[in-house]
Amino acid sequence: MFKNFMSWIEYRMPFMEKMNLHVMQYPAPKNFNFWYFFGSLAMLVLVNQIVTGIWLTMNFEPSAERAFASVEYIMRDVDYGWLLRYMHSTGASAFFVVVYLHMFRGMMYGSYQKPRELLWIFGMLIFVVLMAEAFMGYLLPWGQMSFWGAQVIISIFGVIPGIGDDLTLWIRGDYVISGATLNRFFALHVIALPLVLVILVFLHIIALHEVGSNNPDGIDVKVPNEGQRFENNVSEKFTFHEYFTKGGKKIIVDAIPFHPYYTVKDIVGVVGFLIIFCGVIFFAPEGGGYLLEPPNFEPANPMKTPDHIAPVWYFTPFYAILRAIPDQLWGAILMFAAIILLALLPWLDRCKVRSVRYRSTLHKLNLVNFVISFFVLGVLGVLPATPTYTLYAQIASVAYFGFFGLLWWYSKNEKTKPLPVRLS
Amino acid sequence: MLKKLFSVLALVTSASVLAAGGHAVHLDKAPINLHDKESLQRGAKMFQNYCLGCHQMEYQRYSRTFRDLGIPDEVGMKELAFTANKVGDYIKNSTPKADLARWFGAPPPDLTNVARVRGPDWIYTYLRSFYVDPTRPFGVNNEVFPLVGMPHVLQELQGIPHKKHETQMVDGESKEVYVGIVADGSGELSPEEYDRAVADLVNYLEYTGEPSKLESHSLGIKVMIFLFIFFVLAFLLKKEYWKDVH
Repeated sequence: MFKNFMSWIEYRMPFMEKMNLHVMQYPAPKNFNFWYFFGSLAMLVLVNQIVTGIWLTMNFEPSAERAFASVEYIMRDVDYGWLLRYMHSTGASAFFVVVYLHMFRGMMYGSYQKPRELLWIFGMLIFVVLMAEAFMGYLLPWGQMSFWGAQVIISIFGVIPGIGDDLTLWIRGDYVISGATLNRFFALHVIALPLVLVILVFLHIIALHEVGSNNPDGIDVKVPNEGQRFENNVSEKFTFHEYFTKGGKKIIVDAIPFHPYYTVKDIVGVVGFLIIFCGVIFFAPEGGGYLLEPPNFEPANPMKTPDHIAPVWYFTPFYAILRAIPDQLWGAILMFAAIILLALLPWLDRCKVRSVRYRSTLHKLNLVNFVISFFVLGVLGVLPATPTYTLYAQIASVAYFGFFGLLWWYSKNEKTKPLPVRLS
Repeated sequence: MLKKLFSVLALVTSASVLAAGGHAVHLDKAPINLHDKESLQRGAKMFQNYCLGCHQMEYQRYSRTFRDLGIPDEVGMKELAFTANKVGDYIKNSTPKADLARWFGAPPPDLTNVARVRGPDWIYTYLRSFYVDPTRPFGVNNEVFPLVGMPHVLQELQGIPHKKHETQMVDGESKEVYVGIVADGSGELSPEEYDRAVADLVNYLEYTGEPSKLESHSLGIKVMIFLFIFFVLAFLLKKEYWKDVH
């Protein structure tokens, strides 16, 4: 009965065929490490945001008069409303944690290099849309930080010569941030951007499965079949979809089916993540004032500027670059450049070796430089801009951009270590 | 627009420099405990008697306070909710907002979330830091919130508080040094009782800021236990499957 039903479906829509292609018979390198958890975790957080977001929408009222009160209504009068809200607010920060770690994984193992440039570009688009999504979502509770944070970020667009003023007016839909801004941000936050995100994630995965997953060694697991023998090749035990073997033209080496091996492994990662995630939700939902900022428990008041406006932590590295430059226009340009340069990594890195494991000491140090400068900028973006901190931010900005310049310079003729033939 | 951005950034910068460089007041740790129902009840009563005249809790309902503090609705309505008609009403007063703003120079803020905005330690220290200052409209000033528009509404409990100075030797010179605030003993409560009463009130404000805290911790512990067991099982399952690979 079930079998008949399945074949009825299969004839009309090749469901099992696609499941085999993308899940059960998809060859994944066997040596994925800790860093490979963050892709599946990003997906988990996306689902969390969508599901909790739907339920929050049921009680949220997107108007300047009611937004703040309706959030408090969710926190107090809706059954488990506080849980939904904290899952959503903590989820926003968790999204950036896993996405930053996921991106850093790509940088360490050269996952952006040929042939995965398009995959990387889709990922960067996801990152940019995610920033817009988070920014617009932060306005919705209509607290003091929502209002003033949005005020600062929208005014960044005002520095564009000629069209700046009109552009900020167009973004806000009013001469100041108002109910009109709140309404359009709500529409974009709950429909437009999530839709774009889901489509981009779909494309990201389609692009990934076309070129195959990279791995910590950065070598290919699908090699041209020249009749050679591979000792102890675990892949011989399994069936892979013929799409990946190209009818015997390729041999799959040291790869295993995604399901069940990586599904069961990712469950371990998911539960490990949930332990930390739930720890925050239940015991520290404000995250020491970094996930939910104290001034945001006061309704937005255009007449009263908070003592210290800091964007939420995930924007602070870029915000610190903006503030470090004395000229506003150049500050804004460099801030956007900081993101665009990441997207250009596939072309800035001219080395043929992917993984940091087999690259030069200079590259390793440069990667450390990137991490430190990004982290320092993130911390400085939270702190007030005193002259000393501004100087630090300028030094860290030079280090951040220096990473890309140096990479482009040394990667052309980089002294690399010999690549292994097989995965370690 | 460049100008506008600059002014916003300048505001942010100058405000934050002030915040960073401004005189930092030492805050006393508020001795509060959300599980102490009696303290919460006393705090609720203090709020109703001393705060509700001017401040409100726009987002908190009487019914929620009664339920969480273990107060039967009939008792609560009679003893605490003098201004409310229904138990589902929000904790509000009927003082005209415009009058309040005119009397005190600024509208008194809503107190539902005040503990989340300021932190319990700030409120605890603030309410114990009023002192006599004849230059102020209500005759009192505040160490934590200088030039605050609020009168010392708890004066009948604390007595009249004065700034106390002591003569101390500093670098070989004798100087008048500020050591704290001392009440004159005309209040209904002793200094210890007053601190306790303020702590009860702060405890209640901490509760109204986040009523879900009462249930989130106990639910959280159950969730964590579940996740730890799940983690072990998930790990064992992974190990079992991966025997094929290793």
